[in-house]
Parts: sequence; C-alpha cells; structure tokens
Amino acid sequence: MPRLVSHPDEVKVVSRRFGRGATNIDRYIELDGYKAVRQAIEKGPEWIIAEMKASNLRGRGGAGFPTGMKWSFVPKQSEKPKYVLVNGDESEPGTCKDHLIFLHDPHAVIEGCIVAGLAVGAKTGFIYLRGEYRYLLTIMEKAIADAYAKGFLGKGIFGSNFDFEIISQTGAGAYEVGEESALMESLEGKRGIPRIRPPFPAVVGLYGGPTVINNAETIASVSHILNMGGEAYAKIGSNRNGGTRLFCISGHAERPGVYELPMGYNLKKMIYEVAGGVRGGRQLKAVVPGGSSTPVLLPSEIDIGMDFDQVGKAGSMLGSGGVVVLDETVCMVEFALRTIQFYQHESCGWCIPCREGTDWLKKTLTRFHAGGGEAKDIDHIQYLAENMLGRTFCPLGDAAAMPTIAFVKKFRQEFEDHLNGKPCPYAKQQELTLA
Amino acid sequence: MSLTSIAENPKPGSTIFSPELAARFDKLVTLYPRRRSALIPMLLYAQDEIGYVSDAAIAEIGQRLDITVLDVRNVLTYYSMLRTKPVGKYNVQVCTNISCMLRGGQEILAHCKDRLGIGHKETTPDGLFSLEEVECIGACSWAPAVQVNYDFHEELTPESMDALLDEYRSKASQ
Ligand SMILES: Cc1cc2nc3c(=O)[nH]c(=O)nc-3n(C[C@H](O)[C@H](O)[C@H](O)COP(=O)(O)O)c2cc1C
Ligand code: SF4
Ligand code: FES
Repeated sequence: MPRLVSHPDEVKVVSRRFGRGATNIDRYIELDGYKAVRQAIEKGPEWIIAEMKASNLRGRGGAGFPTGMKWSFVPKQSEKPKYVLVNGDESEPGTCKDHLIFLHDPHAVIEGCIVAGLAVGAKTGFIYLRGEYRYLLTIMEKAIADAYAKGFLGKGIFGSNFDFEIISQTGAGAYEVGEESALMESLEGKRGIPRIRPPFPAVVGLYGGPTVINNAETIASVSHILNMGGEAYAKIGSNRNGGTRLFCISGHAERPGVYELPMGYNLKKMIYEVAGGVRGGRQLKAVVPGGSSTPVLLPSEIDIGMDFDQVGKAGSMLGSGGVVVLDETVCMVEFALRTIQFYQHESCGWCIPCREGTDWLKKTLTRFHAGGGEAKDIDHIQYLAENMLGRTFCPLGDAAAMPTIAFVKKFRQEFEDHLNGKPCPYAKQQELTLA
Repeated sequence: MSLTSIAENPKPGSTIFSPELAARFDKLVTLYPRRRSALIPMLLYAQDEIGYVSDAAIAEIGQRLDITVLDVRNVLTYYSMLRTKPVGKYNVQVCTNISCMLRGGQEILAHCKDRLGIGHKETTPDGLFSLEEVECIGACSWAPAVQVNYDFHEELTPESMDALLDEYRSKASQ
C-alpha cells in the first residue's frame, strides 16, 4: 500500500479523505460526499460553469487549461450524444497522484464526473485508468456499483429527471494513450494514434460527439469547489491558478511522497521543508519540476512559486505535478538517456520527427554514455531535439525534445566530461552511494 | 494461423473461455455505444484467464466484436501489457524509470536477474517467474517499485525483494 505522508503546510482539499475509509459510500457521504452534485442538480449548468470559472481551476493533466472554460466550449445543442471522459492514464514518469485518488477517494471521481456531465449536458461518463492500475479499477468498479445501488447513477439520479451512466475500464500499457485524442481512439477499441485537431474534442470527440476530457485530479477537485464556492477555492492558490495541487515528490528527497500544497507554493521550500531536504544532507544537483517531460531546473532556479505561470516563466512547466529531486551523485547524461529511452519506447510511430528523432537521440546518448561520444555529438543532440520541437503530430515529440535540450544546455560540462572514451565518470560515485 | 484466416474461427455460439468470462464478454459488448470499444478490456481479461492472448482468443474476440483477426492483432500489438506468448506464473515487472532509477531500480533489476537467473522478458525453467524491465508504473513517490502481475510493491531493497520472491515461491507451492 502506498505510504501516505503529511506536513503542516499542506492544505488538504482533494486529499482530505485519504486514509479515512471513503471507498465506502456511506463513509463518503458522511464526509460531505454527494452534496455538491445535489446542489448542482438544483442550480443547473450555468451556475456550475460560473463556479468552475471563478475557481480558477486549471487542468491537472499537464497543460493547465482552465477547466470552466473548457466546459463552456461544449455546444449546448448537439445531434450526437455528449460524453465526459476522465483521464486516469497517469503515465508521465514522476507522477503517482491519481493512483492515490482512485485508491482512497473513488467516489470523488464519480461525483465530479456527474457534475461535469450536468454542466455540459452529457449522459454518459467514462473513467479510463492505465492498465497497470487493475487493482484500482476493482475499487472504482465497486464504487460505481454502490453509486448505482443508491440511485446516484442510472435513471433519474438523486430523484431528479437526469440520467447518468458511468463506464470504467483500463488501458493495456501505453503512455501515448494519455494524450486526449489517442485516449479517445483507445476507448473506441483502436491503437492509440492521436487525431488531428481541430476539431477539438469539445466539439467532435468520442464517437463523434462533443466530449469533455479531464484529468482525474481535475475531476476529483470539482465537488470540493462547489462545496466551498469557486471564489474560496481560487483564494487558496495564486494569481490565475486556483486551489491546491497534489505534488508527487520523488527521487533523492529525504521524505518523498504525495503532498497537497496550494498552487504557487515555493519549490525550494517544498523540497527543503516539506520533503525534508536532500537525502543524507547531500547537495542538490537539479530538479525536474513537473514530470519527465518538463525541462530540468538548476538549484539556482528553484526559488519560484509552483504554478503554471511562474514555472513557465522560469523556462520549464508545472506539468503533471511530479517533482523529481536529483542529488549530486546523479550522472546527467545517464538521466537524459533514461528519459529519452522512455519517449523512444512510447512514441506511437505515427510521425517521423518523433519516431526517428527519439530513436536517434536514444542511440546517440547510449553510445555517448558508454564512452563512445565525440565532441560534435553534443551539438547534434541539441540540434536534433530542437528540430523536433513543434514539428510533431502530437505533443509527445515536444515532451521528448524539451527536457533533452535543457539537459544539454544546463549540463554541457557533464556531457563534455564523457568525451574522449571516458565512460561515465560518475559511475564510481554512484557505487559509493548505493553501498 | 494466417492473419486474415476466417476458416479457423470458432463456430458461432461455441467459446474457448470459461462460462464466467463468456458471460462477462456477453455483457461487456453491450455496455458501450459501439461494440468495438470492448476490445481492449476483452483482450486483457482473455489474457488473465489464458495467460496470454492466444490465436483462438483473438479469433473468438474478433468474432464477438464483428471485426477481423487483423483488426484485433493490429490493436493487440500496440499495447505493451498484451502478449501473445505465455509468461511465468508470476511476472515480475521492475520499473527503472527516472524516479525508480534514482532510488535503486536498476539495482533491483540486476538483483532479480541474478536471483532468478533470467534476463529481460525471460522465464525461469520451472515456469514460475518471468522478469521484465518496465517503464514508470505510477508509484514514483514510493520508489523503487515493482509490479508482480497486478500487485504493486513499493520501497524495495535487494533484501525485501528476496523476501518478496520467496513469498511468491511459497504461495505457488501451496
Ligand atoms: C503524450 C501525452 C500524454 C499525456 N498523458 C496524460 C495522462 O496520463 N493523464 C492526463 O490526465 N493527461 C495526460 N495528457 C494530457 C491530456 O492530453 C489532456 O490535456 C488532459 O487529460 C486534459 O485534462 P485537464 O484539462 O484536466 O488537465 C497527456 C498529454 C500528452 C501529449
Ligand atoms: S509525436 Fe507523432 S509519433 Fe510521437 S507519439 Fe505523437 S503522433 Fe506518435
Ligand atoms: S518511475 Fe518508477 S514508478 Fe514512476
């Protein structure tokens, strides 16, 4: 069972029911569950969307798109049925927050999904978990069955004249399927190859119908927003970045774990105070602030607020909330190699810059790390990555290129240290730390 | 069997799956707005029952969804968890992605290779264990993490990894 952590600076909104038995529907109700959805039925879609807009909630899947605005893009009238799709594919390395939501608070996902449905006029919601999360699907399925039994799902939910169905399933192992259009393909029983946009999913999505796609944490935030009011939720966070976020701290932190902190919380403080600093009192070498696809930050760059705008200004991205801490023992060439290995493995192969680019980067970095690097390789790596940017069919290509560029730019010296047939000069150091 | 073979498809009404799974499939295909949406869950459940996705399973699933064997294979080969060959009773999947790597994931993998005497995607001669190096499994804050079949194990050390393998070994002999 994943270990739960806590820290006095945490503001528990999405995580407030973690570890409190809320998988049980009665317990969930006792802990203010299924209150927001009743209010939403009473007050209607305009009210829901107004509250969501006021909350300044921005999508927790990675891109940080304002949720209220996304919902308002769904056309009111549609010949085809509309859908809500909860993205629980959670596969960005460094990210494990949706894992805890499904494990501890599945009803919050159901409740948020129903509210999203009420807001946009959808009658069916899908909850798609990554294939590795089978045990969480079991929990989710039980929660859904319990909600049906109480009349919270199905025909005439909560005694109203609204109907809402939820279907949950898993994928079968594919990072790319977390990308919204590939996700829809997968749900339609196909390979996870992304779709061209426009049209955007809000207009033409699943089975051709208008579709709202949101990350599981985004959806799990919805009922709390309606309960406390959009403005109150917005106030917890920073400018234009409402509320809290589950930050998954991993790597060389003294106390890794998933902590819920206000948006805009200082990154340095997050590492040194919340997560107890760098393990064994070692020196910090770098931080990957938002999952493996976000450009690495140097220790001198981490005195920033963790919200979409401030991390963006610092040249990286808030991404999926995965904060990876690297201490002085890490070989950045090896780290860059492991990162690109992942993207090479996960590239769906549809477009050439990504399929060939990730493959060449992996090959070059493998040779480089093994001691076969030449001086011109360093520029080649950067040149290649820069030429992938913006030239791929979906953002996975960028996700592979951006961190690579940052590794080379910020740690060029370490790349140079690998030249002249020297295999990784850091290997010895690492052996010492693992002993 | 050839990719587009129809002749070898099972007769309608007959099934290679257990009655429970066949009943589950009957329901699954009616759940979605389009039958084909049930494809990935069906492949997973078939694999759970048989141990892998066999030719016969592919044929029957294709027939149940009214799509060709080629359609099924096309999807099957995309997803890394789906396999067309048997693996050991316990499939040990070691994450070596960044968060796990920083916490000794690669050492856990090397340790498993050593203890089990097998490499990536190999199976022990007794058929008990298979080993696989995998990408991030969503347990990064509790690294290094390993999944054995569908079960997660977090914060492992070489010692606790040994204990875990022993646990599965004794589970198998019960
Ligand atoms: C390659 C790739 C993988 C992605 N994986 C995920 C994922 O696992 N989970 C997720 O919620 N969003 C993922 N996204 C983002 C989704 O495309 C989409 O923006 C998101 O689910 C929208 O939800 P939000 O507005 O609530 O953030 C991924 C995007 C890309 C390009
Ligand atoms: S960038 Fe191209 S090849 Fe890479 S995952 Fe997206 S569509 Fe597939
Ligand atoms: S990196 Fe190993 S579980 Fe995420």
